[in-house]
Amino acid sequence: MGANTVKKTSKSQVDRRGFLKTAAAGVVATIGTTPSSAQAPQSTAAASLPPMSKAAETQAPPPVDAITSDRPGSDFMVDILKSLGVDYVCANPGSTFRALHESLINYGGNKNPELITCCHEESSVAMAHGYAKVEGKPLATLLHGTVGIQHASMAIYNAYCDRVPVFLIAGNLLDATMRRPGVEWLHTAQDLATIVRDSIKWDDTPASLEHFGESAVRGYKIAMTPPMMPVLLIADGSLQENSVDPNHAPHIPRLPVIAPPQGESGAITETARLLVAAQNPVLIADRAARTAHGMALLVELAELLQAPVIDQWGRLNFPTLHPLNHTDRAMPLVANADLILGLELTDFWGTINSFRDQLQRSSSPIAKSDAKLISISAGDLYAKGNFQDLQRFPEVDLAIEADAEASLPSLIEAVKLLLTADRKRTFADRGAKLADTRRSMLDAARAQAAYGWDASPISTARVTAELWEQLKGEDWALVSETAFFSNWPLRLWDVNKYYQYIGGQGGYGVGYGAPAAIGAALAHRKHGRIPVNIQNDGDLMYAPGVLWTAAHHRIPILNVMHNNRAYHQEKMHIQRMANRHQRGITRASIGTSLEDPNIDYAKIAAGMGVYAEGPISNPADLGPAIRRALDVVRRGEPALIDVLTQPR
Amino acid sequence: MKNLIPKGFAVLTLLAASLLHGQRNDSGNTGNGKRLFVQNGCYECHGYVGQGGAAGARIAPSSMVAEGFIRYVRRPFGQMPPYTEKVMSDSELTDVWAYLNTLPAAKPAAEIPLLNDSHSK
Repeated sequence: MGANTVKKTSKSQVDRRGFLKTAAAGVVATIGTTPSSAQAPQSTAAASLPPMSKAAETQAPPPVDAITSDRPGSDFMVDILKSLGVDYVCANPGSTFRALHESLINYGGNKNPELITCCHEESSVAMAHGYAKVEGKPLATLLHGTVGIQHASMAIYNAYCDRVPVFLIAGNLLDATMRRPGVEWLHTAQDLATIVRDSIKWDDTPASLEHFGESAVRGYKIAMTPPMMPVLLIADGSLQENSVDPNHAPHIPRLPVIAPPQGESGAITETARLLVAAQNPVLIADRAARTAHGMALLVELAELLQAPVIDQWGRLNFPTLHPLNHTDRAMPLVANADLILGLELTDFWGTINSFRDQLQRSSSPIAKSDAKLISISAGDLYAKGNFQDLQRFPEVDLAIEADAEASLPSLIEAVKLLLTADRKRTFADRGAKLADTRRSMLDAARAQAAYGWDASPISTARVTAELWEQLKGEDWALVSETAFFSNWPLRLWDVNKYYQYIGGQGGYGVGYGAPAAIGAALAHRKHGRIPVNIQNDGDLMYAPGVLWTAAHHRIPILNVMHNNRAYHQEKMHIQRMANRHQRGITRASIGTSLEDPNIDYAKIAAGMGVYAEGPISNPADLGPAIRRALDVVRRGEPALIDVLTQPR
Repeated sequence: MKNLIPKGFAVLTLLAASLLHGQRNDSGNTGNGKRLFVQNGCYECHGYVGQGGAAGARIAPSSMVAEGFIRYVRRPFGQMPPYTEKVMSDSELTDVWAYLNTLPAAKPAAEIPLLNDSHSK
């Protein structure tokens, strides 16, 4: 497509050049007229124009190629993005990528990709983060030189920690002689990627359009190879704005099918042997399921073994109400296990040890000293030393350095080969007991949820139940994580489709929640789903402008505020310090509360064009408010309900 | 100046104060306990009505006797930060304990329709 376009443009470029020469000559002739005739009224202007002089016929025309370009390099960059199947480009506008921006909206038709206007680069990248978790492929984001990358850096770190691909493009201008004086110098750098290099997987600064094409495809491939992470491509202003050489059309490389790394066959066979032989095996999954197929594979493995599963919810790894989902019993299961299989665990050490946050910090093992520990994870395939996201070193018996989802098919086949009638009977007995226990766990969760049922501020369990009442008949998706909501949705709701839960945040940099939810909602839009975001109040205050983005781009999403009027996690930390220091235990709200005045999130949202109501403090008012808001979301628009809630 | 206040008036004042600020019985002043529960940050982990959550256990109504409650709060063996005598007296902790015991047990979940249908339609 790119080559044909270049050929057609070359011909028309020549024709246009000829036309402009003629027009320019006319302008030169006009400039030579006397002031009085130049200011003559329009109707008599043509009559007063002197005929072209002889000198004008032979005078060299002005260099029109120096002021226009019919085929800027940025058009080719759009061709690349289209070839990669990028659906959207999120950006807060910036001059360092002005040509690429213009090419996107004009040459590219603002479609596939479509430009999503963001009010902060952190929102751009976090939207891409949320989108990728639903759609399984990256968005592109445009970042404005030094300042844009720095704004985006926290969101890039979150995506890096969460092992999510984001395709970052930043504008820059390396040639100092080409920089406009002043601001352009402040917004460029000699090594722009160094600002975020520790939290991206790969970066490049192409020196030609051909180079750009290869690096873009290479970067996309690297981002999408587990462990997936953001990549950064620098789009130099000169490459963007200079014309493509009509005699040398740059090539668009093809993207290969990417096969993720699978576990070594001997290690997989040994794992299967240990799993089948174990009396109390436990399967623990964090970011195991990259796709719906990954979840189905884990269900198959668990059902073959009739083994309990603990879901650490980095992704949705296992259906919440499945009889083998024993997430709420994690600690006793780990304590009694004779074999623990960890699948893409963020923190294997923290899974099998408890840690006490008192003045004397201490840890103690939870798992038995002779329990067999096996890890399947791609984490060590690409590890960096500065940021400490790898967590504490776990002493496992077998470390299979591979992608868990890609390794499950061979593990399942290996288990099947080892199953005997006797083991199947044993497993059936085990499964029956686990199913009974699962039923009791659900009863216990419901009993717990009943406490504080009618309280004001409203209990998080009550909010959860009221939402479920109206969502359970819809094709819904929860686009926020649930840790600060005491995980009620994952304890009470029937979450059985992979796309119904977005998973964890990655780096837990506050400010991720709102834009990631809206990015995820953008992915859900074409499927006609109802996205629901339980929105932490403090998180929204980082960059609330993303609500405008949702309104402007008609992204349907139901935002339910978790308005506990504080940066509550930090309030608890300060409380801990005050207690430890035996002073000021009534002062933990200083520097942590969001009160006096109380923030009116409904007004903020309405000001951004989002339907909103609240604050709601009476639990009886919740159901009707949710109903009204869902009507708006079904129409294809965002809505927000401000709810005053219990802290957790 | 103190001799100008009749004894009887002082007794009446004390009684009025106890009525205004909560019931006092052998188990503690529940009104004061409610105030302390919020003011001293107990609600941050345990919720405003002691219902518990991800950050702290359910503690209302309390399953402990007052002495056991105080002993635990002084030196908790979990993640809970300690409340020593320096920051809360035994009397204050007793008031908090008494307040927690005024909070009713939850209705059975089976009687709450919204809690009885987890499955998708």
